[in-house]
Amino acid sequence: MIWRIALAGLVVLAATEKHSGYQDASPETRAMQDDDTSNPGFLWVQQGEALWSERTGSAGRSCADCHGTAPTAMRGVAARYPAFDAHLGRPITLAQRIEQCRVERQEATPLTPDSDALLGLSAYVGFQSRGMKMQVAVDDRTRPFYEAGKALFNARQGQFNLSCAQCHDDLAGQRLGGSVIPQGHPNGYPEYRLEWQAMGSLARRIRNCMVGVRAEPFADDALDLVELELYLGARANGLHVETPAVRP
Amino acid sequence: MVRVLINVPKHVKRDEPFDVKLLISHPMESGQRRDNMGQPIPRDIINSFVCTYNGADVLRADLFPAIAANPFLSFAVVAQESGRLTLTFTDDNGAVQTETANVTVE
Repeated sequence: MIWRIALAGLVVLAATEKHSGYQDASPETRAMQDDDTSNPGFLWVQQGEALWSERTGSAGRSCADCHGTAPTAMRGVAARYPAFDAHLGRPITLAQRIEQCRVERQEATPLTPDSDALLGLSAYVGFQSRGMKMQVAVDDRTRPFYEAGKALFNARQGQFNLSCAQCHDDLAGQRLGGSVIPQGHPNGYPEYRLEWQAMGSLARRIRNCMVGVRAEPFADDALDLVELELYLGARANGLHVETPAVRP
Repeated sequence: MVRVLINVPKHVKRDEPFDVKLLISHPMESGQRRDNMGQPIPRDIINSFVCTYNGADVLRADLFPAIAANPFLSFAVVAQESGRLTLTFTDDNGAVQTETANVTVE
């Protein structure tokens, strides 16, 4: 009897323990992610690899000209984003960092948010951190933004009057329709989402959820989005980076 | 030109099947959907795929709608001698793309 209770306790614990959305995905989806030759995310990684060494902008510089080879230079970088930018005095996401480099160092026109090129570069950089633990810093400089993101995560919004936390903290592991509600960790972005039949950013995924609760989605350049991404990143600290992940 | 990822072992054993895997970045638009203005979106899928080895047909496939975007194809090939695998696919817009991979038989 006692061991039965203990076992039941273990099962509950296993369900509530912090884990990647990978564990909530179906065996087929997991198999797709596990095999790099069948993971469609690698189409974007391939594109990002080509862009990495492509000279562009009026400075005529490529990413590789400054940073060198990505596998060494970018190892572990994506695991730390969103990170504080001293110049701007606020945290920025990896995609924003790439755009910043593009505009300021390469003197090129910025890429469109969620364009294949930007997703490709983000995926290529993110891929260099695959298998490493997420380690988004919450320190004196980022704490105010982290707290703002946490408040957003817990704030009810939209016509459904739901907060992120109500589903992804309180009801994670249960079902919404036929799908398991994941804990909402951003450790595989940009990720290939089967529903989109395409690669997508965390920003797109958040907007997707916001539309779901019938709230007005954040604008692409909204600070709210960065704050929420920062909170989510820090919340996932310790999980392994899976970029490019495959999700349902 | 669409992006393609080909996965073929560089070295294979004589008369032993090996896997050819390829991922093609293609929208595979089914022709059943409508845009925001209610206009039908024309069908645009990869409709045929041919794989040859040293010029001899290995696999011919006609593809139909209801295949998701960025299709993944996987099949086994047996080789008697070293050679070149040629993978050709055609889409509804008439675009033909050919990719090759060299295989060495040990």
